[in-house]
Amino acid sequence: MSWGDDGQAVLLTLKLAFVVTVLLLALGTPLAWWLAHTRSRWKAPLSALVALPLVLPPTVLGFYLLMLMGPHGIVGRATQALGIGLLPFSFAGLVVASMLYSLPFVVQPLQTAFEAIGARPLEAAATLRAGPWERFAHVALPLARRGVITAAVLGFAHTVGEFGVVLMIGGNIPGATRVISTQLYNHVEAIEYPEAHRLAAILLVFSFAVLLGVYRLRPQGALVAAPADGAPRA
Amino acid sequence: MIEATLRLPRGAFTLDVSLTLPARGTSALFGPSGCGKTTLLRCLAGLERAPGGRVVVDGEAWQDDAAGLFVPTHRRAVGVVFQEASLFEHLDVRANVEFGWKRLAPAQRRISIEQAVEWTGIAALMGRSTAGLSGGERQRVAIARALAVSPRLLLMDEPLAALDVARKAEILPAIERLSERSGITIVYVSHAIAEVARLADHVVLMDAGRAVASGPVGELLSRLDLPLPPGEDAGVVLLGEVGALDAPWHMARLDVPGASFWTRDPALPVGHLIRLRVLARDVSLSLAEQPGSSIANQIPAVVEAIADDTHPSQVLVLVRVRTHGGTSALLARVTRRSAQALALASGLPVWAMVKSVALLD
Repeated sequence: MSWGDDGQAVLLTLKLAFVVTVLLLALGTPLAWWLAHTRSRWKAPLSALVALPLVLPPTVLGFYLLMLMGPHGIVGRATQALGIGLLPFSFAGLVVASMLYSLPFVVQPLQTAFEAIGARPLEAAATLRAGPWERFAHVALPLARRGVITAAVLGFAHTVGEFGVVLMIGGNIPGATRVISTQLYNHVEAIEYPEAHRLAAILLVFSFAVLLGVYRLRPQGALVAAPADGAPRA
Repeated sequence: MIEATLRLPRGAFTLDVSLTLPARGTSALFGPSGCGKTTLLRCLAGLERAPGGRVVVDGEAWQDDAAGLFVPTHRRAVGVVFQEASLFEHLDVRANVEFGWKRLAPAQRRISIEQAVEWTGIAALMGRSTAGLSGGERQRVAIARALAVSPRLLLMDEPLAALDVARKAEILPAIERLSERSGITIVYVSHAIAEVARLADHVVLMDAGRAVASGPVGELLSRLDLPLPPGEDAGVVLLGEVGALDAPWHMARLDVPGASFWTRDPALPVGHLIRLRVLARDVSLSLAEQPGSSIANQIPAVVEAIADDTHPSQVLVLVRVRTHGGTSALLARVTRRSAQALALASGLPVWAMVKSVALLD
């Protein structure tokens, strides 16, 4: 194994994490907004579903996805019928799996940030002629900006660090699904410890830097705590 | 004119009002905490919807559920000042003030940013961030922000309640002249009678979700049959003008319908419109004029009604003064013993001895 393979794995990992983060912000924001404001009885079941990847072994998630997206699964038949082919063992399959896997890391900070804003700034904006979309874009999003940044950073970092789901759904195909964590696994299997050290150190430093950044952003409290930003003052 | 018919169950009470407010000046929704004032205000703003309700402002229906009409808040010509200033923390003062203004079509901008800034006295704050502002400054920015959308109706929900006495004194004068200067109809929610006496032209007294009484401030605050807050604040509001000056003695005569009061010269020209507050504790009653007294304001009156006061030793007496053709009501606080000694009863002619009057503006 050479730097070439490792470099390819690093680049693929970054590409995967970037695509997943962008898609998750786009889809997770409306979901988080809905969760933050709904009084529907579906809120609790949906919240639990979103949080599931936090506690589920990645292999369980990966296994079900493999079944669903495989040739006999519902999703698999649909993708075949649409001419997309099968998702497992492809980059697209990894993106779908990673989105589910990293979903709570994006939705929860966004939801917490939206909830912390409260109703008052949005009501004030409504009395100042701002329609629903303007209230969201010009008041809610700027006030929730720390939550948005936290969601993006955590979603990205968590996708970079995944292993179990990748192995189940993507396998170990160089250039297509072989990410840093699986490449690291290959090195260890082949007793190539210096190379394994190198990749492990990259992930360790990266993860620490990300978390340091997140905690700097919100000095007080844990990752799931409400940001003080934007809360109305008495 | 504002017409509202609203019915909305809330936990502790049911808002159930049907009222008409004048199209000009400042109307106060006055009553104890939790009587439904804020809920009513929120319904007028469209922030809450009372099913089956109806809100019409200057002939324009904002809500008419019978016709399936409900204009959302952002399409109503309304401005709202909340109890907390609720400024946008991600914007500076100028951007806050311009937030609604820039969303108006230019033709709708009857009030300019400059006017809104001048009337609230926040010119010096415009470049500042919202973070360093005091409570009073924040509230003035919030008022300017609401004025800048040129509302037909400005709703103020206890805007001074969260402020200390000094901050209140800083903002009250600005609110006082707001309706007159801007031509905007103001609906002001308060549980503080001093604010109502000072600001309101029309008062709606609310209790347990209902509008108990509605009328001009001078008339309503003098009524003894209403659950007005008793105690030190009992008194009447009188509207009038500066009638004459006595320059050598630095005195002025303030004329209200049916009576005149000599006070120290407030440095206002003759003819200037004024608002007086006469507290019941500053009025005593006598059966005859007292020439040997230092009390300069002795006014002939007739007892109209007597009611219990907070303390069992005292009663409130409503008397009517009627000179020069006009008429006004005064409240006097006397002891029950004196009331009996003087044989006070409805129809008895008396002299109201007024120790002091407060000039409100």
